Amino acid sequence: MTLFGWGVLKGMGVTFKNFLTSYFRKPDEGGIFTVQYPEEREGTAENYRNFPFLVYDGAPEKIRCVACGICERECPPKCIHIEMELDAAGKPARKPAVFDIDYGLCMNCGMCEEVCPFDSIFMDHAFEVAAPERQIGLVRHKKELLKSNEYFREIRPALASAIDQKRKAVEEKKKAAAQPASSQSSGGTGSL
Amino acid sequence: MTITIPPTIRGIEFSADMLFVTAKAWILTLLGRFLPDWLIVLASITISGVVILCLGPLIMMYLTLLERKLIGRIQNRYGPNRVGKWGLLQPIADGIKMFTKEDIVPAKADKVVHLLAPIAIVVPALMIFLVVPFGERMTAVNLNIGLLYFIAVSSITILPIFMGSWASRNKYSLLGGMRTAAQMISYEIPMTLAVVPVIMMSQSLSTNTIVLTQEGSYDMNWFIFTPWGIVGFVIFFLCATAECNRPPFDLPEAESELVAGFHTEYSGMKFALFYMAEYMNAFTLCGIAVTLFLGGWQGPFFPSWLWFSGKTFVLICVMIWFRGTFPRFRVDHLMGFAWKFLLPLTLINILLTALWQFTSNLAAWLWSILILGVSLWTLVKLNRTFVPEKRHYLLES
Repeated sequence: MTLFGWGVLKGMGVTFKNFLTSYFRKPDEGGIFTVQYPEEREGTAENYRNFPFLVYDGAPEKIRCVACGICERECPPKCIHIEMELDAAGKPARKPAVFDIDYGLCMNCGMCEEVCPFDSIFMDHAFEVAAPERQIGLVRHKKELLKSNEYFREIRPALASAIDQKRKAVEEKKKAAAQPASSQSSGGTGSL
Repeated sequence: MTITIPPTIRGIEFSADMLFVTAKAWILTLLGRFLPDWLIVLASITISGVVILCLGPLIMMYLTLLERKLIGRIQNRYGPNRVGKWGLLQPIADGIKMFTKEDIVPAKADKVVHLLAPIAIVVPALMIFLVVPFGERMTAVNLNIGLLYFIAVSSITILPIFMGSWASRNKYSLLGGMRTAAQMISYEIPMTLAVVPVIMMSQSLSTNTIVLTQEGSYDMNWFIFTPWGIVGFVIFFLCATAECNRPPFDLPEAESELVAGFHTEYSGMKFALFYMAEYMNAFTLCGIAVTLFLGGWQGPFFPSWLWFSGKTFVLICVMIWFRGTFPRFRVDHLMGFAWKFLLPLTLINILLTALWQFTSNLAAWLWSILILGVSLWTLVKLNRTFVPEKRHYLLES
């Protein structure tokens, strides 16, 4: 038989220890767990995703998106709206004239990122997207969605560098393919 | 024009110890130049009254903050730290919120009693402040039956709580009120009996005299340094925790069972008044515990009011510590603890005090420890949980 009241004192010892360690220990060793959000922030993991954005190389005019509309079709809640830009002749310019994403509707699934064959749409890390009104603040247009490749490299370095390498390789392949093609352009078409 | 405080005002020497007493005497002498004598007596009463009326709510406000901060630290959180530095303005923000809240009265409630209960509950809580000796010559009313007055007034608290719970016409409120009545009446008895040894030793019911008898060398002849003092203090403190419905004795407002207990149907400032009374009771009960067992304002080196407030602060922190540690009692355990454990122990303690009075030396210590040990062991044995033997039924074939 243990001493009467010993458990009570032991329990009080536990809480007292907790009280003291909360002043000088680290969170995992008995300290305070609270992250005081607006002032303190925990970083986001690289594969963290919430809302999609569009990547451009260099200048906003050099947008990767070709307005193919695959993401528009694949999007489960149908929050993406794309319109193809037409050139002077009325032909599709392989560029989006309108690219809207309704952040209020988006369910952060990341399917657009998965299906995009042009490495153009990716999930962002910015989560502070509050807006005063559903129709005004949360429907993001092309201008707001466009973000530079540098930004993409900053938030998701591993994926961005992998994609950059892939694109570079494709470019070089294309160049290498174009070099001989241009040199024998006179009779090259016959082989088709 | 600068006002200098003369070193002696009507025979009171100026010192840090007498800071508040001197301040009051100084104000009264200043008023004495303009007012007749009978008005000065009235002014003296008014000053003490106003100080107490301001002190009560102020203490309550900052106790809530202290409690939230300490509980937070115990649970590995910061407490409130947004309103003002270290959340020091949080109680004021809470007060403003409480004042602006809608006051809801249930349709079938007894409206008059429902309104009166929160008002009535603050009165005894404030009345106890009168006999608390905050420092040397700092008892508002030096009653010669101070302790009796305290016991009588503190038990009135049951009445407003029951009024509130009955008038709400809510089953949870009523259950909470019933539990309060049962709990407070039960714990009143060991509390009163725990006080008896103190009255025996100091031969007085006046709180001031009780403090004065604990003077001794270095002002450290506190009653807690005797075996009956320790036992009496522990019992008194446990009963005090139960009296002001604080965890682990918070069955009247057990939120997991009774929504909020007796104040389920209260909102806004009425609700705040219940809380105010609870916290002021916690403070005064700790103050009385300090007065009775921890030597009140007695202590070396520091001013008397600092000693009193320091000791009270420590006791209140222990109450908060209890809240951060213990789960709530079960109703039958609560009653059993008061009637089957604390009550016999207080009776033994009274006998022990008599023994101590007649043989005050080392032998008395040994005798006391022996008697206490044996009685504690017996009580624990008698109170052990009865676990019936498990029955096994063999299945036929």
